[in-house]
Amino acid sequence: MTVMEWEALRLSLWISCCAVAGSLIPGILVAWILARFEFWGKSLLDGLVHLPLVLPPVVIGYLLLLLFGQRGMMGAWLLKTFGISIAFNWKGAALAAAVMAFPLLVRAVRLSIEGVSQEIEDAARTLGAGPARVFFTVTLPLMTPGIITGLILSFARSIGEFGATITFVSNIQGQTQTLPLALYTLTQSPGGESGAIRLCVISVVVAMSALIVSELMSKRFTAYIRG
Amino acid sequence: MIDINIVKKLGDFSINAAFALGESGITALFGRSGAGKTSIINMVAGLIQPDAGHISINGHFLFNSDEGINIPPEKRRIGYIFQEGRLFQHLSVLSNLTYGMRLIPTSQRYVKLDQVVKLLDIESLLDRRPAKLSGGEKQRVAIGRALLTSPTLLLMDEPLASLDEARKREVIPFIAALSRNLLVPILYVTHDLEEIMTLADNVVLIESGHSIAAVSPEEAISRYYHR
Repeated sequence: MTVMEWEALRLSLWISCCAVAGSLIPGILVAWILARFEFWGKSLLDGLVHLPLVLPPVVIGYLLLLLFGQRGMMGAWLLKTFGISIAFNWKGAALAAAVMAFPLLVRAVRLSIEGVSQEIEDAARTLGAGPARVFFTVTLPLMTPGIITGLILSFARSIGEFGATITFVSNIQGQTQTLPLALYTLTQSPGGESGAIRLCVISVVVAMSALIVSELMSKRFTAYIRG
Repeated sequence: MIDINIVKKLGDFSINAAFALGESGITALFGRSGAGKTSIINMVAGLIQPDAGHISINGHFLFNSDEGINIPPEKRRIGYIFQEGRLFQHLSVLSNLTYGMRLIPTSQRYVKLDQVVKLLDIESLLDRRPAKLSGGEKQRVAIGRALLTSPTLLLMDEPLASLDEARKREVIPFIAALSRNLLVPILYVTHDLEEIMTLADNVVLIESGHSIAAVSPEEAISRYYHR
């Protein structure tokens, strides 16, 4: 493998890990709110969360650029307040991957929360546990298999992210050039076929491994919970 | 003295219950399926909020609509044994038993773990998970778990309904022993005449959501056959 290919693989894994780590807690929170509460604007929140699934990724990338570009509302604030710039570097790529993978994480976690009976939570409350203790000692452990599935699915989705990333943070080797972007670059370059095939195989292996690990871990945790 | 006087509208169905319990013994809420018995004890437990009325234990209000008092379920110190046990699948029997107990200050615990384990004959089950228990064993653990919160009142919602005859005969002596040995008042929901005869000291008749009379078990059975 060439330096460019290694760098694309390393960057992809790093960006996906950051995207998943950054979206875990907001993902659980949003899934919990959607699963357990009825409120005005719930459909709107649900729609917003799922928007990346139905919008063209380029649109998401462009919206991120408008918001988080150096002259965008959020981007200018981040730069001024914290000195952080996320446009055209790996942080922006991680944000794009996190946004695109967020619906998959929320859906998996929400399904697992809905699988935890509210009657079990009621039982815990009659035993003296307040809402927060019920969540951390009963709901969260019982939804762990769903969280694992959500994490791995969103990791796999982040690895494959292309459209939003290239629109938002461009295709800069060593900074934002992830596996799919490197593969695209190689397919556009004369003599890049062998490199493209190598990256193609790596992408398939990483994605398949993620799915297999997700299935195994989810099964193992379910078996553990059931004793 | 436990005083209950509550009103609640649930769609087209309305509940209007007023009755009192002594400081010990088993009071049965007796009525047909769908009469509103479970809703009444859910209101006593704090899982459903009545529209109006009051619930008090020894003069201390758990709910009083006039004074805007509504103590949350985790602060009511009321043990609740549900029809289907509702054990925590991810915890061992021992951890289930001590879940509520650990939340009660030591000085307020009048029921000890050893005492409950012996009373309910569950010593051999302590390391098992709920999935590995029979129906009767699950209900005995659920009874122990609720008892270990050292409750001021114990609610039982048809705790024998999901058990076959053999398992019922296994659990009935334990429930009878509770009121004798621990002097905790028990509010016992049932529509089973045999349970009324075997367990109840007093009976509150419930019809279409209304408490219509407080009678002896013999009177309840007589009314049942002569209606």
